[in-house]
Amino acid sequence: MELFELTLKEAAQKIKDREFSSLELTKAFLKRIDQIDEKISAFLDVEKETALKTAKEIDHKIQKGEYYSPLMGIPVAVKDNILTKGIKTTAGSKILKDYQASYDATVTKKLKKAGMVLLGKTNLDEFAMGASTENSAFQKTNNPWDLSRVPGGSSGGSAAAVAADECIFALGSDTGGSVRQPAAFCGVVGLKPTYGRVSRYGLIALASSFDQIGPITKTVEDAALVLNQIAGKDAFDSTSASEVVPDYTKELAKEIKGIKIGIPKEYFIKGIDKEVEKLVRAAIDKLKELGAQIQEVSLPYTNYALAAYYIILPAEASANLARYDGIRYGYSALGKEEAVKNLFSVYSRSRANGFGDEVKRRIMIGTYSLSSGYYDAYYLRAQKVKTLVAKDFKEVFQKVDLLATPTTPTVAFRLGEKLDNPLTMYLSDIYTVSANMGGIPAISIPCGMANQLPVGIQLIGKPFAESQILNVAYQYEQATDWHFTPSLSPPL
Amino acid sequence: MSISKEEVVHIAQLARIELSLAEIKKFQHQLSLIIDYVNKLKEVDVKQILPWSTVLELNVFREDKVEQYAKYQELLNQAPKQKNGHFKVKAVLK
Repeated sequence: MELFELTLKEAAQKIKDREFSSLELTKAFLKRIDQIDEKISAFLDVEKETALKTAKEIDHKIQKGEYYSPLMGIPVAVKDNILTKGIKTTAGSKILKDYQASYDATVTKKLKKAGMVLLGKTNLDEFAMGASTENSAFQKTNNPWDLSRVPGGSSGGSAAAVAADECIFALGSDTGGSVRQPAAFCGVVGLKPTYGRVSRYGLIALASSFDQIGPITKTVEDAALVLNQIAGKDAFDSTSASEVVPDYTKELAKEIKGIKIGIPKEYFIKGIDKEVEKLVRAAIDKLKELGAQIQEVSLPYTNYALAAYYIILPAEASANLARYDGIRYGYSALGKEEAVKNLFSVYSRSRANGFGDEVKRRIMIGTYSLSSGYYDAYYLRAQKVKTLVAKDFKEVFQKVDLLATPTTPTVAFRLGEKLDNPLTMYLSDIYTVSANMGGIPAISIPCGMANQLPVGIQLIGKPFAESQILNVAYQYEQATDWHFTPSLSPPL
Repeated sequence: MSISKEEVVHIAQLARIELSLAEIKKFQHQLSLIIDYVNKLKEVDVKQILPWSTVLELNVFREDKVEQYAKYQELLNQAPKQKNGHFKVKAVLK
């Protein structure tokens, strides 16, 4: 077995036992990236020198007998909308092409403190707007299972990097499915915690009432180990939750006998790929075999969740992205173009040149729905529908402990397939947005292969019930065997 | 189409994004598709419903205290133009 194939759990144990050093492990990953990232294009930036230096420092500590966390010496990749001090953080946008973060995001700080080795920053849809990572201003990322297909998005670089063994785990961000959908497309585990469970400080804002950072890992246990490190109250994020952070690995091994799992009928409708449906249904049968009580439930407002999402998200995004004005930081047209003569043209030319089409579309939809005359009809109405979606969840969780659904209606689609029609791209999020609307936790785990492409099942839990969905996910994972690595032979 | 060219021009002006004629045409088409889709929200009866639901359902208070950010010069250095510790912009009034 190659070092880069190890899970976080395995690698941590071997570093602790000093079977190999962090430096050896880090070198193995840097070599792997060197050999195959040409094909995948998961990374926007690889920080080789810093990674080697950090690995040596961690090794030194371990040699002195200072071992304090399972993340010590572990090579990690971070989505490029999460700030990393002194390193470029671009959000996949031309407008932040040369932006150097002047501080660490809270999650970056926590992982550094826990001893991670930061390998580099991963590709994403510009400002996390997209479901294929094709909206990145810099490069397209390929799905490791089939290089002609998308890895999903917006955390496509992070999911592809984990699937292709280019890092032990990665961080992504999930506003409407951006951790879970690429995890499903790439055959890895993706967890979106409860809104407020993980601090958003230093995450470049998309829609602040939905954004949540989450781990993308090879196994469920690894997701629990990462969540242990990044969860918790943060004085710099007033929406972070003060609920006690448990040890998320504690309940993994618990039997799931008697646990009640609801299957929302609205998630198995026309538009779902037959093979995907078959595999998800088979996974539900497996859960039943493990002792879970399965019952059909209804979430009547599911059908409206996506439409409400695509009003609220652009509205919040249009406000959040107003800060890119060509005056304070990022790209500016000032002094570059003859035509930029007044303040208005500094704004409008900087934003015209700096933003890509999807970002422009969403800013305009957001501006439209917030503008006078349309506010009540669109924005306020969408907020009320959000209340109804959240109410659906509240009521269903009186009857069942958690929900099981497909993560996506199809397997990974081809590069370019949905680029011309933004609406077909939006429909890719149809099963994932509701959890963000309700603010509740959800995880995607692999549940099989359809035509040699991974399929994911999604488990949605009650607020702060991460331990429970991790428990069910873990029990399913242990009873099946969907851990494969795509056969990527490095070029000779 | 549910959005007119004039509306696209007006929205782009509000959003401070300069558009070419070709872009106006393209975005009119694409934004109309999106607006047509989200119009299905009109089917929902929301009469008795309050907006703004959150999981956390709490307000967070803190003292309204001014603090000087220690590394403000670093932040200023990211700007294309600065003067006397401030961002420099084009004149607003003539």
